[in-house]
Amino acid sequence: MLYSRTSLHTPFNLRDKFFHLDYTLLFSIMLLGIISIFTQFSSSGGEFDYFAKSHALRFGVFFIFFIAISFINIRFWSDYSLLIFILLILLLVLVKFYGVQSQGSRRWINLFVFNLQPSELMKVGLILFLSNYYHKISSGDINKFKYLFYPLVAMLIPFMLVVTQPDLGTAILILVSGILITWLAGVRWKIFAYLSILFIVSAPVAISFLKPYQKNRILTFLNPDSDPLGAGYQIIQSKIAIGSGGLFGKGFLNGSQAYLNFLPEKHTDFIFTLYSEEFGFVGSAFIIFLYSLIIFRIIRIGNLTRSVFGKLYCYGFANAFFVFIAVNMSMVLGLLPIVGAPLPILSYGGSSMLAMMFGLGIVMSCNVYKNSAVG
Amino acid sequence: MLSFHSSNIISKTKTIGRRMFLLNSFKVVVLIGIFGRLASLQINEGSKYKSLSDKNRFRETKISPPRGIIEDYFGNEIASNNKIYQLHIVPDNIPDMDVLLFRLKNIINISPKKLNYLKKQISKKKGWDTTIISDNLTWAEFSRVNLFLHELQGAQPIVSVARFYKDNSSAHAIGYVSEISPKDLKTKSYLQNLKIENIAIGKTGLESSLDEQMLGSAGYLRYEVNAYGKKIKQVATNPGLKGKTFRTTLDQSVQKLSTEALKDVSGAICVMDIYNGDIISMVSSPNFNPNSFVHGVSHEEWKKLTENRDKPMLNKAISGLYPPGSTIKTLTALSALENDIVSSKLIVRCKGYIDLHGERFHCWKKKGHGVVGMRTALKKSCDVYFYEVARRLGIDRLSATAKKFGLGQKVLQNYTEEKAGVVPDTKWKKREIGKNWYIGETLHSGIGQGYFLTTPLQLSLMTAQIANVGFKIQPRIILNENDQVGNLQKYYNHKKTTPGNVMSLKDKIYNFNLQPLFRNQENINLIKDAMFAATNEIGGTSYRSRLDDKKFMFAGKTGSSQIKRFTEKQREAETKQAEITYLERDHAWFVAFAPVQDPRYAISVLVEHGGSGSSAAAPIAKKVIKKVIERHELRSSALNQFRENT
Repeated sequence: MLYSRTSLHTPFNLRDKFFHLDYTLLFSIMLLGIISIFTQFSSSGGEFDYFAKSHALRFGVFFIFFIAISFINIRFWSDYSLLIFILLILLLVLVKFYGVQSQGSRRWINLFVFNLQPSELMKVGLILFLSNYYHKISSGDINKFKYLFYPLVAMLIPFMLVVTQPDLGTAILILVSGILITWLAGVRWKIFAYLSILFIVSAPVAISFLKPYQKNRILTFLNPDSDPLGAGYQIIQSKIAIGSGGLFGKGFLNGSQAYLNFLPEKHTDFIFTLYSEEFGFVGSAFIIFLYSLIIFRIIRIGNLTRSVFGKLYCYGFANAFFVFIAVNMSMVLGLLPIVGAPLPILSYGGSSMLAMMFGLGIVMSCNVYKNSAVG
Repeated sequence: MLSFHSSNIISKTKTIGRRMFLLNSFKVVVLIGIFGRLASLQINEGSKYKSLSDKNRFRETKISPPRGIIEDYFGNEIASNNKIYQLHIVPDNIPDMDVLLFRLKNIINISPKKLNYLKKQISKKKGWDTTIISDNLTWAEFSRVNLFLHELQGAQPIVSVARFYKDNSSAHAIGYVSEISPKDLKTKSYLQNLKIENIAIGKTGLESSLDEQMLGSAGYLRYEVNAYGKKIKQVATNPGLKGKTFRTTLDQSVQKLSTEALKDVSGAICVMDIYNGDIISMVSSPNFNPNSFVHGVSHEEWKKLTENRDKPMLNKAISGLYPPGSTIKTLTALSALENDIVSSKLIVRCKGYIDLHGERFHCWKKKGHGVVGMRTALKKSCDVYFYEVARRLGIDRLSATAKKFGLGQKVLQNYTEEKAGVVPDTKWKKREIGKNWYIGETLHSGIGQGYFLTTPLQLSLMTAQIANVGFKIQPRIILNENDQVGNLQKYYNHKKTTPGNVMSLKDKIYNFNLQPLFRNQENINLIKDAMFAATNEIGGTSYRSRLDDKKFMFAGKTGSSQIKRFTEKQREAETKQAEITYLERDHAWFVAFAPVQDPRYAISVLVEHGGSGSSAAAPIAKKVIKKVIERHELRSSALNQFRENT
């Protein structure tokens, strides 16, 4: 069976395009966005002007951006994936030299409107690049050494650039989402086994390159009570906040842990803690349900998309999205060390919001152009 | 355009689909894990984390509840609570600390030393913590602070309560309170959960033994604080529960008179109700001002108190140990009679001394008393007669009788500082000193010298139990609302209300469940009669201090306990007590009961280094006895009123 553009239905006009949007996904994202604005309102102590205002503005702008992207044919993203990837690498290199420094790490580029964090965009950029790469090569070549080499380099370059910013959390998340795609594409188990052994052997050397504060974080994760006022403080206070929320929570704007400043980074990495303290188990379960629904819809779009590029991208993005959520939640629940991973859409932060909406936009584009062939 | 084979696409899609299915299963597992963790934190351990969050959120300042009051028998407050004025500051509210302290220095009295201490305190604490500048301002200082308050931003004049003692007469019996010390926290378990900074707790006397009940339960001010500990708002207050008020058996006006009577001497007085054991008066002299300890005693005052020769901090009535001297002769005679060792008709010739095994034992009267019987021997306190009685009696029998009458053991449960004293016997000496008893020591013991050590309280109990014709009583100083009327008191009341109803002794003991201390009650009557003679018949040792009015007439026994034996030279020269150095003079004793017709009260008076009982102690007892009997009617009606009220 051969694909032909004309043989299958492909939306041409705007009305058709709107018709082909996945509205379950769209409204889930919109609902999550609205919840995130209220949560940010609470994180600034019940004031709109502080975090909530700019968060709402960003969500509004990027939501339109998200719909706009979904109207662009996925072929465009396939064609330009390499260019986008190289552009992002260049931005990461640029950060090395001209980046804005804050709290000991250099992660941002000053765009005057806001500070752009290219590493966040790379989370999507790598998926895009690898999806296209495995779309292009033949299934027989996937496990050949030459074809293994390129993706490995494509993963290690951004990883090294980000880990040296230093930003271990984002670097690991980029790497993990990349690995998941290569595995999905069909790279053999054996190769992963060899690489794991290599990693374990080289781990002691890698650890010696870690910054002292990064080593500390791993140590405090292993035993948070060892230094309750130091590095373990965040984990302990986060657990107290979530636990004290109980079944129904303390109520909107009544999260005492957050309101009285016991909770660190409450608008970014620990936003789920604040939400969970105020809305309890029932509210948290609803958020998890909402995220699950989004992931489910992304996978569903992947199932419906006919192109390998579309499938790989949707699955890859669904996996990455899941990993971001799982890592962030496990972190605030004390199941993983604090690595600095924002919760998609809920956390404050323009780059993260941009990256997620961009990524979701391409997913939606896969839905609109699900029957479209990719070159 | 169509660069791929469909088989290529199909094989890729197959692999991707299979592997994605695996990953999705893995996602479900992870999701269940997160869900489970969330449920465990929020549902299973929700209450634990809720309390941890509250612990984060709230800070409590404990506030001390008003301390329980100590009243006398008539409901007069002996230890009460008084309004005090304090000055607190909160550094955060103060624009310039140095200026404020400088201004305060001119308004209230702060020594440079205290100022330095305060500055150190303030720098140690957090900016929003309160520092107490002065915990006891005078009214004048307090009103001046209030007058200039507009210039003293950040200073808070506070009205609080603190312990107040109206006078010093009950300083020893009641004790005092003072600021809690680290040692108190370690030794007293009930203080460990109190956690009130600078709270005053009982240190001695009843203040110490009733401390736990008088403290009440602490109240609190609860604040919400942020992560940096700054107070955000006050959430709740609880004033706490006032401590329990106690009524004692003491009569404050007798206490005052007793204190007055001992004004110029060092000593102690105990007055006891002979039927119910109520301690009507218990004073020790010299005393101290318990109020000085409430806000911390000054170094100079403490030094003055502890270095004083007469030991003002010691409660001599229960912790002072003295040989009983001749007052023990009542028990020596009684023991001999009860054990049928001698009859009351025993006659001994006193020539001023007797010799035994080559040792000479002197009578206090150098010329001797001549031929004396038991009544005269007690009346004139002839030593030689009791040497003879003691020699025949033996120390172990005397010791048994003395213990039966309350010597050698703690009498009250209310004082940790109370001493048991010593009633020696052969086994005691073997155990404590490791040597055998010898007969000479029996002779000394017979007249209350040697190893014997007693407290004034014990001797008043002994006298009370002789006065009530030999029935055991349990002394008490706390009057509980649910105290039953004592058995002996019931019997006494019965006797009063039905004078015609004559019961045999056996019936009395059986009907009222009395505890007799005698074998033959007549023996006790003999002793009482001899004590009557000693006070009210010419030639008696305390004849000069007698009261002739039948209402007040008392019967007593003098005593003097030797500190240092007279040398032969002093004996030859008939050296007077006043002629030897103060600290070597004899302690003077007097024990008595009154009124003679129908005894109600027993008293013991001790004057340290007073010389002789008849000249130093008996006149003091005379004053106190008169006062006690004058207040007898009042006392009876007060008890009924107390029972009705509670």
